[in-house]
Amino acid sequence: MIAKAFTGSRRYWSWVTFLLVLAATGFACYLVQFNQGLTVTGMSRDVSWGLYIGQLTFLVGVAASAVMLVLPYYLHNVKAFGRITILGEFLAVAAIIMCLLFVFVDLGKPMRLLNMILYPTPNSILFWDMVVLSGYLLLNIVIGWTMLEAEYKTVAPPSWVKVLIYISIPWAVSIHTVTAFLYAGLPGRHYWLTAIMAARFLASAFASGPALLILLCFVIRRFSKFDPGQEAINKLAAIVTYAMIISVFFIGLEFFTAFYSQVPAHGMDTLLYLFTGLDGHGKLVPLMWLFVILAFIALILLINPRTRTREKTLMVACGAVFVSMWLEKGIGLVIGGFIPNAFNQVTEYSPTPLEMLITLGIWAIGALILTFLYKIAVTVKEEIL
Amino acid sequence: MDTSRREFLKLGGACALGLALLPAVKGFAAGTGSPQHLASPKALQGKRWGLVIDMKKCWPRYQEGCRRCFDTCRREHNIPVIDNSKEEIKWIWPEPFANAFPDQEHEFIPADVKDNPFIVLCNHCDNPPCVRVCPTKATFKRPDGIVMIDYHRCIGCRYCMAACPYGARSFNFRDPRPYIKETNPAYPTREKGVVEKCTLCVERIDTGLPPACVEACPAGALAFGDLEDPASPVRQLLKTRYTLQRKPELGTHPSVYYIV
Ligand code: SF4
Ligand code: SF4
Repeated sequence: MIAKAFTGSRRYWSWVTFLLVLAATGFACYLVQFNQGLTVTGMSRDVSWGLYIGQLTFLVGVAASAVMLVLPYYLHNVKAFGRITILGEFLAVAAIIMCLLFVFVDLGKPMRLLNMILYPTPNSILFWDMVVLSGYLLLNIVIGWTMLEAEYKTVAPPSWVKVLIYISIPWAVSIHTVTAFLYAGLPGRHYWLTAIMAARFLASAFASGPALLILLCFVIRRFSKFDPGQEAINKLAAIVTYAMIISVFFIGLEFFTAFYSQVPAHGMDTLLYLFTGLDGHGKLVPLMWLFVILAFIALILLINPRTRTREKTLMVACGAVFVSMWLEKGIGLVIGGFIPNAFNQVTEYSPTPLEMLITLGIWAIGALILTFLYKIAVTVKEEIL
Repeated sequence: MDTSRREFLKLGGACALGLALLPAVKGFAAGTGSPQHLASPKALQGKRWGLVIDMKKCWPRYQEGCRRCFDTCRREHNIPVIDNSKEEIKWIWPEPFANAFPDQEHEFIPADVKDNPFIVLCNHCDNPPCVRVCPTKATFKRPDGIVMIDYHRCIGCRYCMAACPYGARSFNFRDPRPYIKETNPAYPTREKGVVEKCTLCVERIDTGLPPACVEACPAGALAFGDLEDPASPVRQLLKTRYTLQRKPELGTHPSVYYIV
């Protein structure tokens, strides 16, 4: 089946070349970082995680969203998702590989990565995050590939895959819960120290991941003969709608606790920094308001059934969900947690161009993997049409 | 294609088996007479080392320009001088009251407390979150309470920096060696990509000496001793004077106390 990724139209190859160029640029920039150290990034002793770990956090959510196809299909027998569970599984594969790459480029001593395995430390959430992420990657590669191969050979899938699929459902929840625990268990990081962190992570994951899947379905429908099916898209849109409402509600809960209690340490300072600026610093304020505006546009378009079912407006809504959740989680949440710092002072962070190019390079690698995997899946599906 | 896949699975299985066996192999190797570390007979013995810092003793000297504790530590431990607040390496340094004790600050604090610096450093917490989060055990707590970093194991993930509520940890964003004024050959330098912080001078304690800052202070503002030993100088001070800890509400149990 792999061969199917290597035959395609001119347009397919120009897209692949474009991604390869971005990935190569990112790699070249990484070599500079590898040589000079993380000094080439905008991170500091106060904001010690930045864009890289932000992307990891966001993409774990995208990966976990595969379960939103698998769970309804296998547990509730929603037939419409049957044809596209593979899209969710392959999206998870690409997203997890990106996550692992983002962890890698963030390390000060990347060559010592294996120390995490050589000296396993069960009390560290980062250790568990690595365990659940690699497990989830493996599950989705095996499940996705076996199911597709069965479809290709028009035989019934082996029965053991079903077991793996059932395992993958709670596993998807676990990857995002554990990632939330990276943040929610730290004393002194008030913005992160909230019991609903994992719930927030799951809600935003189930909004942003399926939103991306809908957009990808439209792309596939446009560029191939395979149609993911209008019913599947409508059902996904309903999932995005509920998840987005819950996400925005959860964020509202944080505002209430912070501002009604008026306890500065309960995240009030960070929220002020993010949305109004603090002590004259407010680099993230425009981005956070962009998040608010996009979230509202998304909600309006999604809640209204007419705009939710029209292709054009649904695409706008899904784009808005994806970008707004990226801003909230991949930028505001991670960076905001470090501001103000341990001394109650504001040190700001903005990524350097080099850091952005490395980030873009990893996104390109993810897109490339996704392109290959989807190309294979879609070609197989076209052939059995 | 099928055979190649089987080969691949076999290879993967072999790798996994190797990793699973590794601890056993290591344990075996350790049992067969690999060199053991011998402690110096002069090493100070304690159950939980700590400091009591009397700021009132420090301030008059500080006003006169005394920076002995900071400078001695810097020389002793090859701490680089990086002129960029975002990448500075700090082991022990001065902070205003409002920064060191952000939750205890109020608008009517006496001017001398407010305007004078407090000496801050790693608290060698009894319940250290930095140790809890480290994914490689590079950060660990010794039986005598000192929190240490193994610079050869640290992968530079900086999780410990997110976890330390006292800003006590610094990361080597770049190679620190060009920024060391005079290298002390008796102490290792670090490389880029690892985290470092105050070690309470383990290298001195293990050879029978108190921490360098304690010894260097001409005012005797820093007292060092075993917090578990009722007869120690630190316990004597704690018994007679009212002391503060930084952010005690976080449950980290700092081993550094302040007298104002
Ligand atoms: S002060 Fe920070 S670095 Fe030192 S032991 Fe406590 S948590 Fe760890
Ligand atoms: S940066 Fe080093 S010491 Fe800190 S948590 Fe990571 S591996 Fe441990």
